[in-house]
Amino acid sequence: MIGGLFIYNHKGEVLISRVYRDDIGYVSMEQSFGWKMRNAVDAFRVNVIHARQQVRSPVTNIARTSFFHVKRSNIWLAAVTKQNVNAAMVFEFLYKMCDVMTAYFGKISEENIKNNFVLIYELLDEILDFGYPQNSETGALKTFITQQGIKGQTKEEQSQITSQVTGQIGWRREGIKYRRNELFLDVLESVNLLMSPQGQVLSAHVSGRVVMKSYLSGMPECKFGMNDKIVIDKQGKGAASDDAGKSGKQSIAIDDCTFHQCVRLSKFDSERSISFIPPDGEYELMRYRTTKDIILPFRVIPLVREVGRTKLEVKVVIKSNFKPSLLAQKIEVRIPTPLNTSGVQVICMKGKAKYKASENAIVWKIKRMAGMKESQISAEIELLPTNDKKKWARPPISMNFEVPFAPSGLKVRYLKVFESKLNYSDHDVIKWVRYIGRSGIYETRC
Amino acid sequence: MMCDFLFSLVCTGEIFELKAELNSDKKEKKKEAVKKVIASMTVGKDVSALFPDVVNCMQTDNLELKKLVYLYLMNYAKSQPDMAIMAVNTFVKDCEDPNPLIRALAVRTMGCIRVDKITEYLCEPLRKCLKDEDPYVRKTAAVCVAKLHDINAQLVEDQGFLDTLKDLISDSNPMVVANAVAALSEIAESHPNSNLLDLNPQTINKLLTALNECTEWGQIFILDCLANYTPRDDRESQSICERVTPRLSHANSAVVLSAVKVLMKFMEMLPKDLDYYGTLLKKLAPPLVTLLSAEPELQYVALRNINLIVQRRPEILKHEMKVFFVKYNDPIYVKLEKLDIMIRLASQANIAQVLAELKEYATEVDVDFVRKAVRAIGRCAIKVEQSAERCVSTLLDLIQTKVNYVVQEAIVVIKDIFRKYPNKYESVIATLCENLDSLDEPEARAAMIWIVGEYAERIDNADELLESFLEGFHDESTQVQLQLLTAIVKLFLKKPTETQELVQQVLSLATQDSDNPDLRDRGYIYWRLLSTDPVAAKEVVLAEKPLISEETDLIEPTLLEELICHIGTLASVYHKPPSAFVEGSRGVQHKRLPGSAGSGESVESPDTGSAAGVSEAPPAVIPSQGDLLGDLLNLDLTPPTTTGPPPPASSGMQMGAMDLLGGGLDSLVGFGAPPAAMPASFNVPVSGGLDDLFDLGGGVGMPMGVFNPPKTVWLPAMKAKGLEISGTFVRRAGVIQMEMTLTNKAMSVMTDFAIQFNRNSFGLAPAGPLQVLTPLSPNQSIEAALPLSTVGPVMKMEPLNNLQVAVKNNIDVFYFSCQYPISMLFAEDGKMERQVFLATWKDIPNDNESQFQIKDCHLNSALSRFLCSLEVSTTQLTD
Repeated sequence: MIGGLFIYNHKGEVLISRVYRDDIGYVSMEQSFGWKMRNAVDAFRVNVIHARQQVRSPVTNIARTSFFHVKRSNIWLAAVTKQNVNAAMVFEFLYKMCDVMTAYFGKISEENIKNNFVLIYELLDEILDFGYPQNSETGALKTFITQQGIKGQTKEEQSQITSQVTGQIGWRREGIKYRRNELFLDVLESVNLLMSPQGQVLSAHVSGRVVMKSYLSGMPECKFGMNDKIVIDKQGKGAASDDAGKSGKQSIAIDDCTFHQCVRLSKFDSERSISFIPPDGEYELMRYRTTKDIILPFRVIPLVREVGRTKLEVKVVIKSNFKPSLLAQKIEVRIPTPLNTSGVQVICMKGKAKYKASENAIVWKIKRMAGMKESQISAEIELLPTNDKKKWARPPISMNFEVPFAPSGLKVRYLKVFESKLNYSDHDVIKWVRYIGRSGIYETRC
Repeated sequence: MMCDFLFSLVCTGEIFELKAELNSDKKEKKKEAVKKVIASMTVGKDVSALFPDVVNCMQTDNLELKKLVYLYLMNYAKSQPDMAIMAVNTFVKDCEDPNPLIRALAVRTMGCIRVDKITEYLCEPLRKCLKDEDPYVRKTAAVCVAKLHDINAQLVEDQGFLDTLKDLISDSNPMVVANAVAALSEIAESHPNSNLLDLNPQTINKLLTALNECTEWGQIFILDCLANYTPRDDRESQSICERVTPRLSHANSAVVLSAVKVLMKFMEMLPKDLDYYGTLLKKLAPPLVTLLSAEPELQYVALRNINLIVQRRPEILKHEMKVFFVKYNDPIYVKLEKLDIMIRLASQANIAQVLAELKEYATEVDVDFVRKAVRAIGRCAIKVEQSAERCVSTLLDLIQTKVNYVVQEAIVVIKDIFRKYPNKYESVIATLCENLDSLDEPEARAAMIWIVGEYAERIDNADELLESFLEGFHDESTQVQLQLLTAIVKLFLKKPTETQELVQQVLSLATQDSDNPDLRDRGYIYWRLLSTDPVAAKEVVLAEKPLISEETDLIEPTLLEELICHIGTLASVYHKPPSAFVEGSRGVQHKRLPGSAGSGESVESPDTGSAAGVSEAPPAVIPSQGDLLGDLLNLDLTPPTTTGPPPPASSGMQMGAMDLLGGGLDSLVGFGAPPAAMPASFNVPVSGGLDDLFDLGGGVGMPMGVFNPPKTVWLPAMKAKGLEISGTFVRRAGVIQMEMTLTNKAMSVMTDFAIQFNRNSFGLAPAGPLQVLTPLSPNQSIEAALPLSTVGPVMKMEPLNNLQVAVKNNIDVFYFSCQYPISMLFAEDGKMERQVFLATWKDIPNDNESQFQIKDCHLNSALSRFLCSLEVSTTQLTD
């Protein structure tokens, strides 16, 4: 398991060091030789932080000791071990550790770490015992590790804490009360596309997240439903056939999804139903990926013509492909230009376009655009004559945007809340759903 | 800012001040003082002087202060073991506290105080805590058993904690179960043969139940433990798989990877025609693809594992090529791994896409990445025959870019393509020759020279080209020199009339002006071949070469099987078995996939192989007459120190030479012995052909080689605080020498080396001091040769050739024992006067003698000479 954990600043100075096992050569060397050298710590500084070359691997083995590191702004977190540990677990733990620290004191910076070092030690003691990660859900930790110190607890409170930390629902504490029971669901998708100049889709996929903000009292049991093809088809068989035909069109095929640990996975595996008791506040309920029947919000049609050796004519048409009532925002089209460009003249119907010499691209920005519209830009690029034999590689035209729907076609069908002990019902909960589709890597070759 | 003050605390005056504050009556002041102490501790300042004062603060109701004091204790208890005992009482008291948080805190901290003296005081409180009513205390106590085991394993066993821990697997609380499993797994690792984790269907069932309920980390512990279980039959295997598959949807990548490990392993047991088997295969692909959207560090771990999975079961991801396409913003380590997997997945169906991508990559900025991309194009050509032509033309395009390292890399891979598809793409040679001047890397130069030599008959100015390389012969690296030598010999055999001068020149350069033995040997072999029988030489040198195999970089199957059992762990990231990077007994067990167990028994990794070799050295009792021949043959032909693998060649060049011998010489001289045994006795005239060959050698001044057993590790680094000694015994010019390599694997400098032997059977003793003059800095190795005499005190050892050695350095004295080959003691002039021999023979007691009849053995002169050379007198045999 993890033998020790260190936090360094960008100079390689140790801000936090917690050693769980002697084998990592920290304590033993110091004690038996009376040296002030801290070997594992120094080895990492010399070989990774101060290494001349760019880091070639997040796992480094120095003198039979393995170092795992992640970097957050200019802070390095390093876990050290001499055993054959579960590497994926170590990295997951380091990320989690960053999450926990952020939840407690905000941004991970040298100053924040120095100001909170006692707290960090306390947290480390709790979430990593002898190198074994323990419950690291912030919700649970905050009940008994506070910056104010624990005030006199009654016996009931104490046992409540311990049962929560070790219990099956380690991510939520009991006794949460809200006057207004409210929940927000955000479906955030990023759509990725690579298209050939002829308009053929080379690859396209959507990676999406469902983020939930829950402000619910007690220990509510939730059930989340979406237009998952497998579920709809299953129901369609039972229900009337005409209904199945109608809903079948609107369902989507999900390639793969992963869930927050609150979701009962075995139930999902057997019934494909998503049921859970949510953590309090904001968290990511699920992630998913789809590749089929993606609605591509924009189509880019490029036209590049070389006029002689010193001139290029570029015409790019973009077409929006969604309901006319919806508005896309923050649209940006980036048209690469050759390295030997000497001047550019652009004419566009909508938005603003500019040639940015430092980026070797024409950047065309449009604030808003409704669905089923079309816009066009044409540019004349003057080239300097060069004797470079190498042809210009023509990088793809890339695009950025934001649309108020989910390009995968995912729809939230319901989110039911049951809380049997408290007297509020599913109808009393105020629910909000929002869809945002953003561009991931959205490229068209030209 | 207060914290800056905390962190800038230095001088002893302040320690004094702190002392006063620690003893203050005010709680707040005390707390602040302890905080300051811990701040200094963190930045590495020595605040151990405050030990008693800090411990005094321990008895408090304030949980926060208590935690701080505990933190201090964990750090300094080891340096002040006597004072640490002062803390014991408080721990014992705290373990009885009504507040479960305090009980758990006490038991947690207790285990972190790594002082042997106080461990026994902690047994009673620990026992209570293991049975505590509160699960939080129990789960902490479970980990504490592992801590205690790390300090004092015997104590834990004696106190019966292991049984209590086993009971906790049936605990009602899932987190307690998970921690107990984690602790037991780790303890079991250091007891490879114990039956600690007695996994049976009942416990498996319990674990699978807990799996659904515990934290993400607990799920990892349980899945990793499950992976060690071997189901009884395919039905059990399937039912476990069914219960594990839901984990593939977990948000935590480590849970997913551990689940993949269990499934990959148990899948081996499922019949391939089962429907479920196909379903399972389909279920594995999406989660693996999803791992690639995780953070880059995890992507890296995932990719290293996917690399293994793809080798074992290519069908899982064969349709997912696109997801491994490199993104512009990927960190370099992710890019390189993706490239590897792309090649593994390349097939006729997707090769066009792959090639287009690779071509893009070859124009990127990072040199390593570009090189690897170029190399990948070559590998595609070798892997998918239909694509070879496109690959070659792509490579030619790349050569046209004239980017130096791209050109060189391309030439190296084109050489491989030539070896795979001979006589197919020679038209490109002209283009290659244009770039001759820009090659400055040895590998590229060697590749180019190989091409010129191989196709010398089709290159008009081959002799000029090779001659141009010859000018700076001595400045070239060995790789290039060897290649140049071979190429010119090939050229000579193809165009003998014009190139005689050239071949003379290179042979004399190689044999007379070089101090590299590999080069010299190869030069002599060619020389002799050419001068004795040019026809044979042609057959040998220009023999048809075996085609290179499709994939050269596949992981060896037994290692792959082992690594599949380690999915998710460091071993799978390094692609090395745990024994290669974990010290001590942990991880030495070799894991195997269940289905294939018992199929291939020779899975031992090289290092354990050689270790076993040492203990299995031939019994060194003085052999009786009948066994004499067999034993000695054994001794000399297979080196006694390594019975397993053949002696590793000391360098790649030597391998090259070996290849040469193995390839053609075998048939030439009718020498039947396996090539591995060849270097064992170069001076042994075994059969006529070889005899002649080497007799010739004597004329030219061939050095009389004596076989030296390769070095074996005598003293592993983990046993000697970082000093590793490997060595061997040799006999040079009549003097026995112990040749050692001392490697410093610690992080400090080592000096003051000295050596001593225990009394031994033949009175071996150092004839001089151990010559290690310069201090040995970390990660440095030094060679030392110690001449030995046989005049030391004698004591019979068991086995007879055992030698106990003590080595001292500035750190400590270390002991090890090793065995020397008996042959080392034999004198070179092994002939004895007939009378003396008979007299000596009679001195040997009768019961030490046994009779053996050699039948049908014509003692011809060859055998006689052979035995002579084995330094055995044959006098008795002829009677």
